[in-house]
Amino acid sequence: MTALLLRDLKLSVRAGGGAMIGVLFFMTVVAVIPFGVGPDLNLLARIGPAILWIGALLASLLGLDRLFQAEREDGSLDLILMQETPLVLTVLVKCLAHWIATGLPLVIASPLLALFMNMDAPAMAATMLTLLVGTPAITFIGAAGAAVAVALPRGGLLVSILVLPLAIPVLIFGVSAVYAAVQEPAPFLPPFLFLTALTLVFAVIGPVAAAAALRASTD
Amino acid sequence: MRLVAERLSARRGEDLIFRDISFEIGAGEVLVVKGPNGSGKSTLLRVVAGLLARETGKIRLTGEGAQAFETVATACHYLGHHNAMKRELTVAENLRFWKDFAGDSTSGSGIGIDAAAEAVGLGGIVHLPFGYLSAGQQRRMAMAKLLVAWRPVWILDEPTAALDAAAETMFAGLVKAHLGRGGLAIAATHQPLGLGAVAELHMAGFAGENVEAWA
Repeated sequence: MTALLLRDLKLSVRAGGGAMIGVLFFMTVVAVIPFGVGPDLNLLARIGPAILWIGALLASLLGLDRLFQAEREDGSLDLILMQETPLVLTVLVKCLAHWIATGLPLVIASPLLALFMNMDAPAMAATMLTLLVGTPAITFIGAAGAAVAVALPRGGLLVSILVLPLAIPVLIFGVSAVYAAVQEPAPFLPPFLFLTALTLVFAVIGPVAAAAALRASTD
Repeated sequence: MRLVAERLSARRGEDLIFRDISFEIGAGEVLVVKGPNGSGKSTLLRVVAGLLARETGKIRLTGEGAQAFETVATACHYLGHHNAMKRELTVAENLRFWKDFAGDSTSGSGIGIDAAAEAVGLGGIVHLPFGYLSAGQQRRMAMAKLLVAWRPVWILDEPTAALDAAAETMFAGLVKAHLGRGGLAIAATHQPLGLGAVAELHMAGFAGENVEAWA
């Protein structure tokens, strides 16, 4: 399993791997917001957490469709399906590798982009923490979507459409946890724990659903 | 160990590709599947490898050592039309991955990366990215993949496509060595594999009404 994790991480940083695509897209989206909204610093600080979360959500969806499609095109998926290793475990490891390669850079880049949005230190820290906890959930749901669309030649957009409704709760609790951290009366912990619970639930459901979809997609 | 298939049939969409195919392969034996394009050779191999659902029939392993395998697929190496290697990684990284990920079955052990590359006649180039190799070299490296992790059953779909005559001989040698270690092989091919007298299964045309099978 470590072999799979290392291989996927290596692939993500080699040519065409696309580890940086997500974080570049994230930066582009967030960087243009101040130009579009205008120099109202209070407004930027207020919408900042939401913009960062939306940017991170869209950036994590980017490249998810290749998660299994690349394996299928070169025949690796056939061999992966034949192994004794439970497919669910293989999918889980592939999700982890994908998250480390594409999700973690988003988390790391978020404080820099928070500066663009005139966010103060607590909001910055809260955004980073919620992204750290929340983005794996998007990868896990995305894996299920990617597995369903694995046989489709232009499945990219379909994956996003399949996955987006399921990712909405993650977005809601992620953003509300950040707002709760910076606005006094609201407690931080309840939305944050909901976010954690979502990630844990999707960590179970996502790989199981993806494994079932991959088994069904063979031809 | 024996690989036994009983009255297999498979469907793709609405059409029955073949039906009632039975064969039996014992240790050290090879079955060569022959037939025109579209006669269902690849489909049969994918059914045996568990990659396609079968319509009817049974595939099982019997005899000594068969209990170690949960499914038939876990006892098999499958060399399909695609090489299952990543173009971006070096040959050594590719082989290392499959060696570690697939692991050895209980009844044997695979050879090292360099030894496997040596066995397919491409010893010096494992440091190159897989994508740099020519089609024939890529195919040979995909064969090296069969050697790094031990599986008793080899399922080979057009194994010698894109290979020159010398490489075909080399591959015949690999298959012979595998059979010598008590392995089994089932191969679909148009070219003679140079294995001498072997059991053949002739797939006859679409919908396989007249399939004859023996082994």
